[in-house]
Amino acid sequence: MKRGNRKTEKKLPLGIVLIYLILILWGIGTVFPFIWVILNSLKESSEVLSSSFSLPLNPTFENYRNAFERLNVLNAYKNSLIISGTVTIGVMLLSSMMSFALTRYDFTGKKFLMSMIVASLMFPVFSTIIPVFKMIVSLKLLNTNLAVILPQIAGNLSFATIVMIGFLKSVPIEMEEAAYMEGANVYQVFGKIIVPICKASLSTVAIFSFLWSYNDLFVQKIMIRDNTKFPVSTLLEEISSKYGTDFGLMAASVTLIVFPVLIIYILLQKNIIKGLTAGAVKG
Amino acid sequence: MLYKKKSPLLVFIIPGLLFLTLFLYVPFLENIRNSCFDMTSIVKMPGSDWKYIGADNYRKLLTDKDLMVAIMNSFKMMFLTVVFEVGIGFLLAILVMNIKRGQQIFRTIFFFPIVISATAIGLLFKLFYNFNGGMLNQILAGFGYEPVNWLKPELAFVMVSIPTLWSYVGFYFVILLTGLSDISDDIYEAAEIDGCSKLKQVGYITIPLMKSVIATCITLAVTGALKIFDLPWVIVPNGAPQGLTHFLGTYMYQVTFGMNNYDYGSVLAIVIVVMGVLVSKVISILTTEKRERRAR
Repeated sequence: MKRGNRKTEKKLPLGIVLIYLILILWGIGTVFPFIWVILNSLKESSEVLSSSFSLPLNPTFENYRNAFERLNVLNAYKNSLIISGTVTIGVMLLSSMMSFALTRYDFTGKKFLMSMIVASLMFPVFSTIIPVFKMIVSLKLLNTNLAVILPQIAGNLSFATIVMIGFLKSVPIEMEEAAYMEGANVYQVFGKIIVPICKASLSTVAIFSFLWSYNDLFVQKIMIRDNTKFPVSTLLEEISSKYGTDFGLMAASVTLIVFPVLIIYILLQKNIIKGLTAGAVKG
Repeated sequence: MLYKKKSPLLVFIIPGLLFLTLFLYVPFLENIRNSCFDMTSIVKMPGSDWKYIGADNYRKLLTDKDLMVAIMNSFKMMFLTVVFEVGIGFLLAILVMNIKRGQQIFRTIFFFPIVISATAIGLLFKLFYNFNGGMLNQILAGFGYEPVNWLKPELAFVMVSIPTLWSYVGFYFVILLTGLSDISDDIYEAAEIDGCSKLKQVGYITIPLMKSVIATCITLAVTGALKIFDLPWVIVPNGAPQGLTHFLGTYMYQVTFGMNNYDYGSVLAIVIVVMGVLVSKVISILTTEKRERRAR
């Protein structure tokens, strides 16, 4: 540490050192809570209560065993994967189809459809959830994955379509024409040319649809009340209200939920950052 | 000529359109209609009709003290998000622009909390705030102080705001950093030659050139603040203590799904929409005015 400082002082002006210092401090502030929770998940609850800052002296996986046995975390992962996976695929498929139609075809009502899509970005989930809930109840879909999937697809669709249109507009039409000359029909053009060309923007769409769906608590909480069918966010909320005194268990469950996302983030960070900031307008 | 035949159009449009209509437009309109009825249950039971009550629910808005708290909190949060999320994000972005090595690492680290669910972050901070052996009280104990109830009425709002603001700084940081890197280096070099200090460069070059990006960020921050739900719900469920930490979203949820008051909940949902539209209008007026002034 000391040597590093002396070296930088010689080479770099004080300002730069200060900048690095501030940035590193903020970085530590960002990462610290996560490291703290991972370390504490390896301690017994009593140890978390008394000395949460020390390294786990006798690391124990008791909390994790608890989490898997008592809380059925695996089942929650499964539910979340089914829900968010279906939402992602649904949004990718529907948004690419809609954007294809809206950029390649001329038809009456095109402008209207376009403004319908843009205007729906202004609907916060609160403004539609009560009637949607009513619909789900009358269709007897409450407590099923579909009850979360359907509204979440609709919630991500408009924005995804706008992202896709932005990209497809810039793609020249020649290749499609050529394929048509060769005897391909519209569906083949869509499947064999449009979808592969859109790979990059489709991955953007996939990233934000998946993360928004995986992380969302509001819709999950309303649609799934049976705790044997909980996806991860509702399970986490239940833990927080039911086992609020078992610190080790809480730390372990936070770690379990954060960990897969952390791994994916490290692997795909550039795409994720791009995907989510492109997804900015929706927030 | 490929796209002359219109019949495939239906195949491409109808599924998406169905989703938009069934799950966004119809519910949105139905919600407005519902707000004028006395909804005795979520699904109409045979024989019991919902009574039309006109604007009764809207009158209730004016005397609803909890709603006032929720609105005030939401406004406070909007202000805080602009100052802290966008503000700190901007500072960090400028700092990162001034260094050569490690830009990418800082980007990765600062952005990380965004991908973590607000529920998990809420739970994490609950562990910090806990009265009996929470992290903060352990620190206090280490210095020989008495433990503090971090979620008591005077502190609760601040304690909920901290993780909310902290977790989203990186988002605006990345957007602003992208904007900053679009500014050509030549301008700064010219300014440097003219003897303009770094600080002045920020004021006279960076901020004016970044106005539209900053405006976007402010709009996002403010409309985002209106949609807050998950994090406060986990840290302080039901606006605990005494409804003091309710935001519009959490209050709407509690009224609708906690107290089963579906019609009043519908009205609250409309309040959220109206506020969202008004606030984004105000911001767009404020920011375009500034741009025009600059043009003159």
